[in-house]
Amino acid sequence: MKQWLYCALVLVFAPHLAAAEMPLNMTQGVTEISGKVYDLHMTILYICCAIGVVVFGVMIYAMINHRKSKGAVAANFHESTKVEIAWTVLPFIILILMAIPATKTLVAMEDTHDAELTVKITGSQWKWHYSYFDQDIDFYSNLATPMSQIEGEETKGENYLLEVDKPLVLPTHRKIRFLMTSDDVIHSWWLPAFAIKKDANPGFINETWARIDQEGIYRGQCAELCGKGHGFMPIVVQAVSAAEFDTWVSSQQAAAGAAAVEAEAALSQSLSLEALMAQGEQVYMSHCAACHQPNGMGLPGIFPPLKGSAVATGPIADHLEAVINGRPGTAMQAFGKQLTAQELAAVVTFERNAWDNNTGDTVQAADVDNHGK
Amino acid sequence: MNTLTRELNSVAEPADQTQLHEEDHHHHQAPKGIWRWLLTTNHKDIGTLYLWFSFIMFLTGGTMAMVIRAELFQPGLQLVEPNFFNQMTTVHGLVMVFGAVMPAFTGLANWLIPMMIGAPDMALPRMNNWSFWILPFAFTILLSSLFMEGGGPNFGWTFYAPLSTSFSPDSTALFVFSIHIMGISSIMGAINVIVTIVNLRAPGMNWMKLPLFVWTWLITAFLLIAVMPVLAGAVTMVLTDKYFGTSFFEAAGGGDPVMFQHIFWFFGHPEVYIMILPSFGIISAIVPTFSRKKLFGYSSMVYATASIAILSFLVWAHHMFTTGMPVFAELFFMYCTMLIAVPTGVKIFNWVTTMWRGSISFETPMLFAVAFIILFTIGGFSGLMLAITPADFQYHDTYFVVAHFHYVLVTGAIFSIMAAAYYWLPKWTGHMYDERLGRIHFWCSVISVNVLFFPMHFLGLAGMPRRIPDYAIQFADVNQIVSIGGFAFGLSQLIFLAVVLKCIRGGEKAPAKPWEGADGLEWTLPSPAPYHSFSTPPEIK
Repeated sequence: MKQWLYCALVLVFAPHLAAAEMPLNMTQGVTEISGKVYDLHMTILYICCAIGVVVFGVMIYAMINHRKSKGAVAANFHESTKVEIAWTVLPFIILILMAIPATKTLVAMEDTHDAELTVKITGSQWKWHYSYFDQDIDFYSNLATPMSQIEGEETKGENYLLEVDKPLVLPTHRKIRFLMTSDDVIHSWWLPAFAIKKDANPGFINETWARIDQEGIYRGQCAELCGKGHGFMPIVVQAVSAAEFDTWVSSQQAAAGAAAVEAEAALSQSLSLEALMAQGEQVYMSHCAACHQPNGMGLPGIFPPLKGSAVATGPIADHLEAVINGRPGTAMQAFGKQLTAQELAAVVTFERNAWDNNTGDTVQAADVDNHGK
Repeated sequence: MNTLTRELNSVAEPADQTQLHEEDHHHHQAPKGIWRWLLTTNHKDIGTLYLWFSFIMFLTGGTMAMVIRAELFQPGLQLVEPNFFNQMTTVHGLVMVFGAVMPAFTGLANWLIPMMIGAPDMALPRMNNWSFWILPFAFTILLSSLFMEGGGPNFGWTFYAPLSTSFSPDSTALFVFSIHIMGISSIMGAINVIVTIVNLRAPGMNWMKLPLFVWTWLITAFLLIAVMPVLAGAVTMVLTDKYFGTSFFEAAGGGDPVMFQHIFWFFGHPEVYIMILPSFGIISAIVPTFSRKKLFGYSSMVYATASIAILSFLVWAHHMFTTGMPVFAELFFMYCTMLIAVPTGVKIFNWVTTMWRGSISFETPMLFAVAFIILFTIGGFSGLMLAITPADFQYHDTYFVVAHFHYVLVTGAIFSIMAAAYYWLPKWTGHMYDERLGRIHFWCSVISVNVLFFPMHFLGLAGMPRRIPDYAIQFADVNQIVSIGGFAFGLSQLIFLAVVLKCIRGGEKAPAKPWEGADGLEWTLPSPAPYHSFSTPPEIK
């Protein structure tokens, strides 16, 4: 009876689902491992369905034919050691058959030896930080969907909530080792196309690996509840050919060099209050507003306000200290490693002058540098 | 045994010692109104209190689920902000687990165990009163924290550190204290069940004659006593980490956040069975009754229950496959978890074989029992899938898991509680419930619950993580269907309320044994059952 119901449900849903282009099954992914995981999933699903058909079949047969209203008279049999041994041993054998491929796949998944590239993935509320070992490349990857789409003021884009400002670029056909850790709470880096879901634990390092077979863009999300922004820290991987990857690496290194020169130059610059405020507002909205809120009021009891606060209107040194080194043991991160001296100077200036804080203070990149950024 | 029974009876009502045999008389002396309920030491009164409390919590937790489903009705943030959304998922879980399911089972134990084993009352009546009356305080504390500045618990009902320590709201201490009180209540309830079953069985009621509901509750009570202190330890460490500078779960101080999960799930997995073993007992009573045929394998049911209880201590880390355990540990927990399918299968096969060549009729309790068997089995299948570690890496923390545990907890535990309520309502109230309304309640529930939870499997497989307040647009249509199912399921439960109220207020007079095929001592008592169940122990054949 219930099974008809499911058939009906599937029929009712199917057209909707097709329209939404939501896959109804697990992805086969783009790695050898993800293919094996998909096979395991299908095998165990089929086994369950077969058992279900037999058990529910017997039950439904009895429900239809052995009803009192049809004049059925109850038999009087119970306890049969043979039957009971059979239905204990048989499932046991099925389970052993299932455990064999599962064990093989698991052992392969956990073998991180001989990787050609290592990427460290650090979760922090609520963004991912990627650093490539031996390549001197590291960057943060933030949600790129604008607040206006989330709040419904604008039409939602195709990759709503699954888009980032800077994707993780990886080469195909190379064994890549991932090291996961976290700056604050536990996050979990999940990329369905690689069949990788690994927790990023603060203070500990986990490892896993992938060898990508196909170029493309793959999307995932944080899978472990990590606070208010948990639904807003997507993962985007751009898999490119080995040659393209090498080009990308050199372009990144060149860009990093240029940025260093620019940062050096910024130290000797002195910007006007207006210029600092304009840049600071941008930095604030993308890095600070999630907690302290766009209006600087924070969320009472969880995230302190900045409007009229002792930090934002008190000594500049204390303000810089909080922003650069964070507040250990709280949600306040150390932004010193995430932002440039120029950005830090701008955002601190913004906070000290926005929302009627009006201290009139300007903070320059050099001040940040002097503070020990 | 006889003397002990009488002694305990007198302990229960010391003021009435002289009138021990004048039951009618001392009835009139019992306090009236609110005092009757506050001071009661009677197992039926306390059972009733537990059941009503559980129903109120069921509606409270259900309301929170409605908030969650309303926010998820379409993509984008519409009704609540993410921090409040997280409080809703957290408190929904806590209220349903500790407020709805567990007290419902304790209520059923209170009502039924003395009647089933031929005892006059529970063995420790004053503790019984105490274990109930601390519960409303626990939940008042927990729910009031939602209205504090900074809000209530927002770290999931599993409260993983350090989200629940360094990063949690100021109200976390209230959460900790409320969990402590709930734990104390559960432990006292469990002690009472064990002492009652061990000491107050009627002469001749030997172990292998115990009704299965009593057996499953006995085993459940041992599980409770084993693991509730572990939960108390976990919340205490959260408390000291947050407020007193310890570092149990803080890597910077030499602690380990993953250790929290080991401790939590060492409690949490047996807890899962605490919420399902009594269901097995209920279904094992109802299926034979309406099949008019003896349960196929009584002793294998007892052994299967015990096996599940023992295995429940060896599988906790299957909740943590993604935390980065050594391969050896992952394999160990995978194999042990798969093993649980064996005794669980034995149970399902037993029920089906009991129905086979029976003379089946489908009154409301049987409808819920049949739905339980099918839908709980579906939850069992997804559980088996989740046990396969490599596949779990894809399922973990997605809506697939949400679908799985709601199949075992809603269509499992809650359906069995509904079945029990319909089955024993005539005994409790002395009236038959409205069969037509009962059936309407069943069909509304069983259809809506599947519209609610079945599509969640697809959401999870397609890649939607759990506990998110907003989602990518490809998940929109299915979420809408799920939400509609959710609202329908929530509203359907008001029919249940109507049935119960109607049954209490009147209805066809129920005979002592309203079900043709029923078996057990509770059916030898008149309906409604007398205030003191068996003042003289019944004779067991």
